Amino acid sequence: MSLVERHETLSQSSAVWDGGMGSVSDYVALLKPRVMSLVIFTAFVGLMLAPGKVHPVLAAVAILCIAIGAGASGALNMWYDADIDEIMTRTRKRPIPAGKITPNEALAFGITLAIGSVVTLGLLVNWFAGAFLAFTIFFYVIVYTMWLKRSTPQNIVIGGAAGAFPPMVGWASVTGSVSLESFVLFLIIFMWTPPHFWALALFKCGDYRAAGIPMLPVVAGETNTRHHILIYALLLAPIGVAPFLLGFASSVYGAAATGLGLVFVALAADLWRKREGEAARQASMRLFKFSIFYLFLLFALLLAESLVLGA
Amino acid sequence: MTNEEQGIRLTEEQKKRRRSRSVAIALALAALVALFYIVTIVKLGPGVLDRPL
Repeated sequence: MSLVERHETLSQSSAVWDGGMGSVSDYVALLKPRVMSLVIFTAFVGLMLAPGKVHPVLAAVAILCIAIGAGASGALNMWYDADIDEIMTRTRKRPIPAGKITPNEALAFGITLAIGSVVTLGLLVNWFAGAFLAFTIFFYVIVYTMWLKRSTPQNIVIGGAAGAFPPMVGWASVTGSVSLESFVLFLIIFMWTPPHFWALALFKCGDYRAAGIPMLPVVAGETNTRHHILIYALLLAPIGVAPFLLGFASSVYGAAATGLGLVFVALAADLWRKREGEAARQASMRLFKFSIFYLFLLFALLLAESLVLGA
Repeated sequence: MTNEEQGIRLTEEQKKRRRSRSVAIALALAALVALFYIVTIVKLGPGVLDRPL
């Protein structure tokens, strides 16, 4: 419908508009605050671990811009995925399927914040970090949401990179470049994402099937997904220890990362063994919950060490 | 028919929510102005006005 036709339709009818119903909290919900909190945390760790000094105000600006950029990605993701969000129980109450915000309002909000965050980071901190943030938003919205999510069961493997970039952007905010250390931080999140989401997908399989999203359990079956989770857990455990092996984390971190990695593998093996019924469901939920704890603790340890050693 | 009677007519609820959004946008813009001011001081320091042509 063209703009003129739309306007005429509105003029002829009672001219009631279904937009403009979003409250401030609905717009905050568009930013996916829970995902944003993880982005803020990992970006902050990247920023603190980076060599060199940055003024605290500029550090705060960098984190703010990265957080807003992540929020913009979330809003644009909700704009594009409104049709499938309506089908899945997990996402049905999001502002667009709930009818509080129209897709166009979410699109405008997302684009405004995306441009604003990138330009502000570029102008106030440095343009390398700004460009990296722009690439991260592009990767999440275009590569993951629009292209991979609905077309391949490898969607979260490749798309997971978008969620793994924030510590590198945080690092780049200080140094104006990237390095092996920041790439290791990226790699930890990148390898962590598939087993984390597949554990969730195992007990939300029906939702994804109904929405037609080719998540691994839907396309390749639950047994195959368990194989994949175990393989990724075995790959992730040594990568989690890499900061110690490469010399930018202490032996305390090395020991903790080894222990946590072993627990991750043990839970993945437990999930691999339990194939059916309530036991299988509980095993996938256990791994999902532990995976959050695992990532949080690794990054918290890195942060604590940088604060203690940097003091 | 006057201009006000044509086109979209907002309900009271829509007007109320637009007002709260407008307040939020105003606060965000004010914060952005403050942010750019503070960063200018941080980057240029006391020599903010001492710039050669």
